[in-house]
Order: sequence, then C-alpha cells, then structure tokens
Amino acid sequence: MKITVSGTEKEVPDGLPLKDLIVQEKVESPEYVTVTINENFIAKSDEAATVLAPGDVVEFLYFMGGGR
Amino acid sequence: MDLSDTQIERYSRHILLKEVGAKGQKKLLEAKVLIVGAGGLGAPAAMYLAAAGVGTIGIVDADVVDLSNLQRQIIHGTADVGKPKVQSAAETIAAMNPDVKVVTHRQFAYSANIRELVRPYDFVIDGTDNFPAKFLINDACVLEKKAFSHAGILRFNGQLMTYVPGQGPCFRCVFKEPPPKDAVPTCRQAGVIGAMGGVIGSLQAMEAVKFILGKGELLTGALLTYDALSNRFHKVKLPPWNGKCAVCGEHPSITEPIDYAQAACDLRK
Repeated sequence: MKITVSGTEKEVPDGLPLKDLIVQEKVESPEYVTVTINENFIAKSDEAATVLAPGDVVEFLYFMGGGR
Repeated sequence: MDLSDTQIERYSRHILLKEVGAKGQKKLLEAKVLIVGAGGLGAPAAMYLAAAGVGTIGIVDADVVDLSNLQRQIIHGTADVGKPKVQSAAETIAAMNPDVKVVTHRQFAYSANIRELVRPYDFVIDGTDNFPAKFLINDACVLEKKAFSHAGILRFNGQLMTYVPGQGPCFRCVFKEPPPKDAVPTCRQAGVIGAMGGVIGSLQAMEAVKFILGKGELLTGALLTYDALSNRFHKVKLPPWNGKCAVCGEHPSITEPIDYAQAACDLRK
C-alpha cells in the first residue's frame, strides 16, 4: 500500500504497524516524537496499537531545542 | 507620522511593494517586536527587523558574547567578546538604522518576568536555546494573547511555527511538555551549522513582518521544517486546535508560566 511519510510517498506492506514504521524510518528518540496521521495527533498510549491504512499521511514532529 | 525624505529613500524597496507601500512601512516603524535570545536565531532576526525599520525592538538576553558564539551569531563581532549580548546587539542595530529604538533586557526570562516582558510588544520571536524557555515563551504569549514565532535549530535542521491567538494550535498543543534534560540533544552537545540560524531566524523575521503588515499567510497551524543536507523544506500541516491543550485549551490547567527544572542548569551553562 502507498502512504506518505514526512511528505514523501512510500510503498509499505499492507497493515504496517506504526511502531514498525518508526523503526524503519530510524526515528530518533521516538518516545519524544509527536506523531500525526492524517492531521490527527496519535497519543503515546495509542502508538503501539496503531496500524497504518492505505493513503495515510504520517508526520514525525521532533523536539528541536537549539536556537542560540 | 509622515515618512521623511531619508526614510522614503532608505525604505524605497519596501515602498515599491504593493503589499507594503508607505502605509505598510509606517506600520513597521510603529511596530514593537520582542526577541528573546540574541543568538543564532535572534541575531539575524533582529538585524532584518532593524533594517526593515521595525520601530521598537526589545532584546532579552542575560549572557555575554563568547568566542564560540561568533560562528553563527552575526550581530556580534570579535571585538564584542565579553560584552553583554544585549549591548553588542544594540550597538550593531544603532549603526544599521537610527530609526530603531532598542530596548535591552539584560536578564534571564523566567516565570516571574516573562509576562511583563512580552506585554508591551506586538509580536515575539523565540530565539532561545532550551525547551524550558520555549515553553515559558509559549505559555506567556498564550496567556498575554500575543502572536509569536517559535523556532528550533539543530545540526543541519531547523523548524518554525507561528502562533496567533485564536488561529490554530500553540507550541504546547503539539509538544505537550519539555522532554527530560539530555533526552534530546541541544546545539551545545550536537552542534549546529552557522547558516541555519540565518535561514530560520530570517524566516522568523519574515513572519513578524507579515504579521505587522497583515499580509500573506502565516505559519499558523503549520510547522515548516528545513533539512539543509537534503535541501528540503517541508510544511507539516498540524492538527487543528482541539481545545484540549493545557494552556490554550478550553479548560487550561496552566494559568501562569512555569519554570521547568532544566532551566536552572541549562541557562547558566
């Protein structure tokens, strides 16, 4: 199935669990990354049970603390 | 207020723009922007706003200029090492544009002063380098109903978003609360490419200018990310405001800015 991850369309296995995508995408410190699917926040407690569907738009929002 | 002949010449490239004109330039000259942190982000933001003729620029920073700052903090020079950053920044701005009044606040921002600091200004730029300060500014701007630009930079990456009261999520809607100390790397630990402050700080200045002019689309409800190595800008559309946020939600549990523990050790270096 096709999904969009961080703005890029990707072919991934049907029914891919979100947690597997996080590993596949090498998301750094995933416990501190905010995930949205189709412009909805995925609660940390729901991440483990979330399964991706065709056409899903997934974004990983990272803490970025620098500035000075 | 009428523009003088020198002002008409100085701002001629602005005045030519239909989105600015003499009317917009006067708005800029009457505007007040607060910049918290005169560093990698704050330096270019302050310089572009000063050059643009933003009439009052407030700068908050307790630090002195360090040699390791000069790789990116272009408002300061070699001769400024050891000088308070707010003083060095004020001197650079004074040399750039006599139309600008600089208000210096040589102090740390914390819960007891941040609301007063942001209150007199039209727009706030977060140029700080740590999460406690970023949450502090967010909460103060939400509570004081101020528009502000949040940004962060690290290594070859940067990102920013704009909060305008009533027009989408705040920083806390997205990121909830600061991560534990050292859970996420900082520039001091992981480094940052100097020009990243220039790219993202200039975008913050652009948001401030558009806000003042009332022109164009702001980065409200969106997080713009930039990856320099892959040359990629990506505008992430954020979930709409849902009323559940601890500070900007319908039933806020946060009614005053918070000093998170990390601030003490991180800010003092």
